Amino acid sequence: MEPLILPKVQNLHRIEVYEANGGYQMLRKALGMKPAEVTDVVKRSGLRGRGGACFPTGLKWTFMPQQSQKPKYFCVNGDESEPGTFKDRQIFECNPHLLIEGTLIACYATGVSTAYLYIRGEYVRWIRMMQTAIDDAAARGYLGADILGSHFSLNLYIHRGAGAYICGEESSLMNSIEGERGYPRVKPPFPAQNGLWGCPTTINNVETIANVPIILRLGPEAYASIGASKHPGPLLVGISGHVNRPGVYEVPTGELLTDLIDQRAGGIPGGRRIKALIPGGSSTMILRGDQLEGVRMDAESLKAAGSSVGTAGMIVMDEETDLIRVISRITAFYHHESCGQCTPCREGTGWMRKILKRFENYEAREGDIDLLLDVANNIDGNTICALGDAAAWPVQSMIKRFRDEFEERVRRSAAVAV
Amino acid sequence: MFSDEQLQRIEELNKRYQHPQSVILDALWMWQDTHGWISEEGMKAVAEVLGAPLHHVYGVVTFYTMFNRAPVGRHKIEVCTNISCMLRGSDRILDHLTRRLGIPVGGTTADGRFTLLEAECLGSCGTAPMMQVGDTYYENLDEGKIDRILKELA
Repeated sequence: MEPLILPKVQNLHRIEVYEANGGYQMLRKALGMKPAEVTDVVKRSGLRGRGGACFPTGLKWTFMPQQSQKPKYFCVNGDESEPGTFKDRQIFECNPHLLIEGTLIACYATGVSTAYLYIRGEYVRWIRMMQTAIDDAAARGYLGADILGSHFSLNLYIHRGAGAYICGEESSLMNSIEGERGYPRVKPPFPAQNGLWGCPTTINNVETIANVPIILRLGPEAYASIGASKHPGPLLVGISGHVNRPGVYEVPTGELLTDLIDQRAGGIPGGRRIKALIPGGSSTMILRGDQLEGVRMDAESLKAAGSSVGTAGMIVMDEETDLIRVISRITAFYHHESCGQCTPCREGTGWMRKILKRFENYEAREGDIDLLLDVANNIDGNTICALGDAAAWPVQSMIKRFRDEFEERVRRSAAVAV
Repeated sequence: MFSDEQLQRIEELNKRYQHPQSVILDALWMWQDTHGWISEEGMKAVAEVLGAPLHHVYGVVTFYTMFNRAPVGRHKIEVCTNISCMLRGSDRILDHLTRRLGIPVGGTTADGRFTLLEAECLGSCGTAPMMQVGDTYYENLDEGKIDRILKELA
C-alpha cells in the first residue's frame, strides 16, 4: 500500500505543494454534497477512531443533533500523551493540511462553525507548524467565512494544553478548553448532547480526522477494502523499545505484529528474542513474546489475543528486560497522571505503585501478588473515566502473563531479607 | 502586571471562546514566558484579567505540570524516563546529566543556568532516549551529544 496519511512527497506541509497534489479538492467535493451524505460516506467506509477506543467515526457524527438552538462544536484531539504514542506529531509535521481538510469536512458534515485543535503543551514546535498551516489555509480562503462561496464557515483554533495526560480523555479535554482543571465528566450526558459549554460537541483524534479526505478521495468501498475488514484503512503504527529501526510506519490495518517488528522495524538488536510486547500504548494489555504468532494489528485480532489496538503505539521488549521495573514505571505514570477525582484510581494507583516498588527493590512479601491484583481489580471499572482501567489493565495482564516473574521476585526478596 | 500588548492579545483570544475563562492557560503561558514561573502575583494578575476567582486560577495552575510554581534555571532540562525511553537508556542519560551538572534530579545549578527534572512521556518514543530543554526537543541522545548540547546552552 502506498502511504496515504504520510505520502512520500517532499515539502507536503507547504500549502502550494499540498494543493498541487490534489489538496483541498475533497473539501470542494464535500461542499457539493449534503452534510448527511458526507457522514454516510464516512459511515460506509468503516473508519474507526484512532485514539484508542476504535469507535465508528461516522456513527459518532450521527449523534450530533441536526438542528440545535445552541452552537455546535468540534474538537480535534491532539493531546497525544499515551506512553508509546508518537504518531499525531508526524501528521502535524508532515501533512498538516490533510488534518485541516479533514477537520473542514467533518465540521461541514456535523454542521459546526467553530473547531478547536487541542495539542499537548510540550509540542511547541508542532503547534507552530500547525498554526502556520492554519494561517496559510485561511489566507487561501479554506478557513473563515463563506468558504469557497459555499456559505459554509469554519474557524479553527489551536488550544494549547499544559501538561496533563488526562486531558486526552474527551470530557477532560472539554473542561480544559473551558479553562477548568482537566477533570473528566460523568457520562451520560454524552458530548453530542452536552459538550463544550453545554453545547453539542464531537471529539475525534487527529489521525481519525486525517483519514476523512482519504475516504472521500478513494470512495467508501475502496477505503473499506484496505486492511482488516472490521477495522479498515491505513494505520500509523509507532514502534519503539528494543527494535533496530524505531519509528512511525504507515501500514494497512491487519499487518502481522511479527512482520511489523521484523520487516518494518528491522527486528531486535543482537537477534535477541522478544520477551513481551505492549501493542497499542502503555494502557493496553501486555502480550508474551511467545504468543505473537499470527496476531495482527487490528481491533479484532488483538482483542482475540487478549489485548487491544489502542493507539497502535507498540513497545517491544527483548528477553533481557526486567518486566517488574517496566510495570512499576508504567504504574508510577498512571499514579502521577490520576486526576484525583475518583477514590479507587487516586488511592489505588498509589497503592499499586508502592507494592510494585517493593517488588522492584526485592522487598516483596508473601501475598503481595494477590494484594496487587486485588487493588487493580478494584480500580477496573469503578471510575468516572478510563484512566482507572488504563492503570489496572497493564498490572492485571502482567500478573496474568508473567506471574512467574513476580513469584521469582517474592522468593528472591525473602532470600535478600535473610 | 501584564503589558498592554499582552492584554490586547488576551482580549483577542477571548473572541475564540464562549467564556473568557477559556483563555486561562494562554494567560498563564504569557506570564510564565515573561517571568519564568507562576508566582502568587502572577495568579492574581491572571485572576484579575479574566475576572476569575483567585482560587480557581490556583486550582488550574496546580493541575497542569508544565507551570513552574517556583523559579527554575535559565534552561529547564526534562529527561523522559517513561517506558520507551527507559528501554533505550534514559537511566544513563539522567546519570550523565546529574554528574555533568553536579546536581540531583530536581536541583538547580548554583549559577542558575540549569534545572534538571524527569518528565513523563513526551511523544518521542521513536527517537528515544530524549530530553526537552525549555521548548526544544533533543532526541536520539547519547553522552557525547549531551555534552555538545550543554556547551551550546549559555
